[in-house]
Amino acid sequence: MEHYKVPNSGHNRDDEGKKMGMWLFLFTEILLFGGLFLVYAVYRFQFFDQFKVIAEHMNITMGAINTVILIASSLTVALSITAMKKGNNKLAVLLLFMTLALAAGFLVNKYFEWTNHIDHGLFMGNDVFNELARGEGMFLFLYYFMTGLHGIHVIVGSVLLAMVIYKIYKGKINQPNLVFHENAGLYWHLVDLIWIYLFPLFYLLH
Amino acid sequence: MSENHTSNSEESFYKSKKGLASWIFTLDHKRIALLYLYSIAIFFLVGMTLGFIMRLELFAPGGQLMNPRTYNQMFTFHGVIMIFLVIIPSIPAVFGNFMLPIMLGTDDVALPKLNLFSWWLYVIGAVMALSTLVWGNGPADTGWTFYAPYSVTSDTDVSMLLLAAFVLGFSSILTGLNFIVTIHRLRAPGMGWFKMPLFAWGLYATAWIQLLATPIVGITLLMVVVERSFGIGLFNPALGGDPILYQHLFWIYSHPVVYVMILPAMGIISEIIPTSAQRTIFGYKAIALSSMAIAFLGYFVWGHHMFTTGMSGEAAIVFSFVTFLVAIPTAIKVFNWIATLYKGSIHITPNLLWSVAFVFNFLIGGLTGLINGALATDVHIHDTTYIVAHFHYTMFGGTIFVFFGALHYWFPKIWGRMYNTKLAYWALGLVFFGFNVMYGAMLVVGIQGMPRRYFDYLPEFEHLNKISTVGSWFLVFGILLMIFNLVRSARKGKKAPRNPWNGVTLEWQVPSPPPLHNFDHAPILSEKGPYDFSILGEINKYETTKIDK
Repeated sequence: MEHYKVPNSGHNRDDEGKKMGMWLFLFTEILLFGGLFLVYAVYRFQFFDQFKVIAEHMNITMGAINTVILIASSLTVALSITAMKKGNNKLAVLLLFMTLALAAGFLVNKYFEWTNHIDHGLFMGNDVFNELARGEGMFLFLYYFMTGLHGIHVIVGSVLLAMVIYKIYKGKINQPNLVFHENAGLYWHLVDLIWIYLFPLFYLLH
Repeated sequence: MSENHTSNSEESFYKSKKGLASWIFTLDHKRIALLYLYSIAIFFLVGMTLGFIMRLELFAPGGQLMNPRTYNQMFTFHGVIMIFLVIIPSIPAVFGNFMLPIMLGTDDVALPKLNLFSWWLYVIGAVMALSTLVWGNGPADTGWTFYAPYSVTSDTDVSMLLLAAFVLGFSSILTGLNFIVTIHRLRAPGMGWFKMPLFAWGLYATAWIQLLATPIVGITLLMVVVERSFGIGLFNPALGGDPILYQHLFWIYSHPVVYVMILPAMGIISEIIPTSAQRTIFGYKAIALSSMAIAFLGYFVWGHHMFTTGMSGEAAIVFSFVTFLVAIPTAIKVFNWIATLYKGSIHITPNLLWSVAFVFNFLIGGLTGLINGALATDVHIHDTTYIVAHFHYTMFGGTIFVFFGALHYWFPKIWGRMYNTKLAYWALGLVFFGFNVMYGAMLVVGIQGMPRRYFDYLPEFEHLNKISTVGSWFLVFGILLMIFNLVRSARKGKKAPRNPWNGVTLEWQVPSPPPLHNFDHAPILSEKGPYDFSILGEINKYETTKIDK
């Protein structure tokens, strides 16, 4: 019998399928953070006043700068994909490097924010922290947990974007074949999106 | 005779490449399925041994073989292994991986690299779980549910086990994601949604649950890890946390995941029964959609694990009501299977008998579930061995029985050989008998008031506990006999034809075992759906091997 090649092979190039997989994965990421948002809601309801008091410690300026940084980085990623689609690889790579720079800026800001809190003793196990009311401690704990988990996602997203740059250099991502680039972009938008919810919950709600 | 097995121009997927690396880095869905099968089989044996030893401990009141702490660690490890390492991946990762692409008429899953990655995550998670046996403060003693506050305060190595469960959950999510994309993108030309085999429907419903429920438990387990590390009272009431919140978050996942365990099994029954009755399945659409209905309803019943926690009475009534609703799509399936068998031309095979044994066990499992789902009776039987017996009737008597049945059904396809039918019947008889004696006795002693997870018991429970332990001996012997038969036959059995059971789904149209690319001719699809037995002649003309019956 002759070798028969199925037309619907799993090894065919299938950009739609890969994008679908990415969207489904993003769905699971939202649910992952969803569990934390739920816990946040429960304890905000329980310790309403204490959450208000401790939120005063948050540096709105820093948070706002980081919000602007992440939204700008989402723009640069989107632009790099468009540049890639138009065949302008150089511009695309430049925009990706800009995105990475913005991501680094975000993390540096975050680092200063965290160390500032920790210097003031606002960290788990610290004496100042132990003096706080339960709701206040809970708020800070959730703050570290959620922004920390988000920070890990920023790092993962940056690694993905760095891989995109590498693949563009290697010619593995090119004009019609850029689903990896698009998927990395989608992931980056999710990282941005989650921050857009974290920012008001921790900084703006007094 | 088996000797005239003519070789195809294409060699089987076993022979396409050789060496360890060609297995552990393979992208072939069939090899990945077998990797899963062998890993799962090992963990199953470990879990079974733990269960066997626990039953020995309960042979008589008082300590027999171990101290209470060891007993707690054993049932925890038994639960974690059986749930996270065996049942959740069992049918989807083994038979889903092997059969789904073939049944859809394609040569692989949509994302083959992700598929391999899932297996590696599984291995990493398994190693992490096993590492608690050797390193750290000893394996966790919290029970597989990791209920707070004890999981937060226990001095055993809970965190590592939680992280292992997190990694295993990630693996499960990626498998589910892969199957959804595969079913959407890779169905053979002409195979519409309602022309898919019902196993594919079962996997589809399962995959959505894996995708939508697992992240919640992932983050919940992570919260416990973080809570343990930083001493913050998320769930520990001594520090202002809410232990009931943990239970809600845990069961929001862990109830739907019960259907991750059972839906693919029901899908396999829907394959074996039409093949055994040689007629189209009764109520195809009803079975397909009832899988989706179970998946959907499964999200709204988690509260029935918590009736005795003191949650609000209104919520409990709603949860109880929705729990009863789950019985409807389940019963639809059972009635359709029976209607398919009714007046069919039934061929008795080991795989059919495993399926019938499943229906029997699952009836008991399902009906005892209604007793747990009713608020008043649940208070009486809560935390007794009745519950343990109930979920073993569904998970073991249900899913694992189907897993064994599927092994017998697809054995000729996977290994290209036939097994010894007589031994298979003996093994099935022993397992079925031992299973029902063991868990039947536990049901009764549970109603009499014997608590679950207790290392010791009152003298009046001794009689039934002895019966239960004796049942476990038959059970284990039967399982070992079955494994012996299958392992021996995989190497020495008679060569199997393409279509030993005269099935009409696509996996019977490929050689046994399949070549790397699965199909050596265009798959034959019937206009009338996947179980149209009028095309059997056309399918079997590709047969190259003859066996004497």
